Amino acid sequence: MRRLLGDITAGMIVLFARAITAVRGIWRGVAPSPARRVYFANHTSNADFILLWAALPAQYRRHTRPVAAADYWLRSRFRAFIGRDVVKAVLIDRNPDTRTEDPVSQMAEALDGGASLILFPEGLRNQSDITLLPFKTGLYHLAKARPEVELVPVWIANLNRVLPKGQIIPVPIICSVTFGPPVAYQPDKCAFLKAAEQAVLALRPED
Amino acid sequence: MTELTILFSGLILLLLFVSITGRVLDKRRPGPAVDNLIARVNAWWVMILALAIAFMLGRTAIVLLFAFASFNALREFVTLTHTRRADHLSIAAAFFLILPLQYFMIWQDWYGMFSIFIPVYAFLLMPIVAVAKGETEGFLVRIAEVQWALMITVYCLSYVPVFLSLEISGFEGENLLLIAFLILVVQLSDVLQYIWDQLLGKHKIAPRLSPSKTVEGFVGGVLSVTIIGAAMFWITPFAPWQAGLMALGISLMGFFGGLVMSAIKRDREVKDWGDTIAGHGGFLDRLDSLVFAAPLFFHLTRFFWVSNP
Repeated sequence: MRRLLGDITAGMIVLFARAITAVRGIWRGVAPSPARRVYFANHTSNADFILLWAALPAQYRRHTRPVAAADYWLRSRFRAFIGRDVVKAVLIDRNPDTRTEDPVSQMAEALDGGASLILFPEGLRNQSDITLLPFKTGLYHLAKARPEVELVPVWIANLNRVLPKGQIIPVPIICSVTFGPPVAYQPDKCAFLKAAEQAVLALRPED
Repeated sequence: MTELTILFSGLILLLLFVSITGRVLDKRRPGPAVDNLIARVNAWWVMILALAIAFMLGRTAIVLLFAFASFNALREFVTLTHTRRADHLSIAAAFFLILPLQYFMIWQDWYGMFSIFIPVYAFLLMPIVAVAKGETEGFLVRIAEVQWALMITVYCLSYVPVFLSLEISGFEGENLLLIAFLILVVQLSDVLQYIWDQLLGKHKIAPRLSPSKTVEGFVGGVLSVTIIGAAMFWITPFAPWQAGLMALGISLMGFFGGLVMSAIKRDREVKDWGDTIAGHGGFLDRLDSLVFAAPLFFHLTRFFWVSNP
């Protein structure tokens, strides 16, 4: 029952996101695939993963789970319903002092369970004027733990104009979600993260 | 409504012919040009069917159809403007207050209000909403962009369903035919200009704005659509020469409307307004000429044919 309600709500959220943003997925040098993947994207809005989700073909959406902060998504019963039952997020504890589980092994476990993941390696919503904040190391550790999983870079455009910080009414603006060719794992942490950042930036439409 | 049935049957036959030609070409000489032709024709099917269904359902459906088109056009326009965070409220008002009110008043047939609502009330109130935020950077550009977006995508486009409210003696209950005439002439003018461009086009008419448009296409398209318009007089309250002149006016406004909207696209360095309609681009790519032609055709008709305007 709870699951069904979650799935229906998910369908409605995607429909609403489509109606407001007319979002479409642009697949550049990569094709939609049932393969397990880690989609990693820029992060400017709380609705980012919904948009990325809406841009995926429906049959792959079901097993694609966002990685999200437990402290945010468990704060109220409504958020917990959305986080757990609607988007089936992998909830990680961002605070190293209080956490009981290692986020990277949580993500790896989800991948082993057959899920694809959506990850925002900037670690927090980017509300600065900088195009892309430096990536945190989670993506590197995950890639190291599961080198066979495809790492697909994604650029989400315009969503911050739909719902700027502090606003509650979304305005209709056309958004796009661009997927790029997978980034290969390399042992050098700095070089890998740089390459991953560059891969995301390369998908940005010029404005 | 026998004229409408004849008209739509004719259009469907024409589309069938082009669709079959497209399939044959696809077998014999496949290529991107043929793919584009097929995509365009498929989109035409959807547009013709949407119009036919709205025409069958009547006034409410037609008002809703054009409100939907305005919503999409406004979204495409706003996406290309320089909105800032401070403009959020005025843009939300444009979409969720002004657009629905405009179409509601048209549905209500409140001519005295909908004909001045955006040019007067929105024009004066929107800058007040914007100024309340206190953000002065680029102020004039920002308020002008929002007003222009509303005028083009909501106000001008909303003239199409207004034809239903005209009272022309001897033409009662037939106003749908005026909408059909307008849309047919505008779209045929676009298509015929394109065909003449392809057949004879040599001299570019506006190389910086629209590199594919030629003098030959312009003259050929406008002349042939004037003749077709005159031949369509039987669906209008006009005499053949009057219908021809109307078609000429519609076609000219449509051509220049296309150029104006192209200039905006070139300035923003985009090829199309969107990509919601495969083969055509966005809604505005298909509506640009209609937006410029509809108000003129409406007011000419109202001025000369409505006895007590």
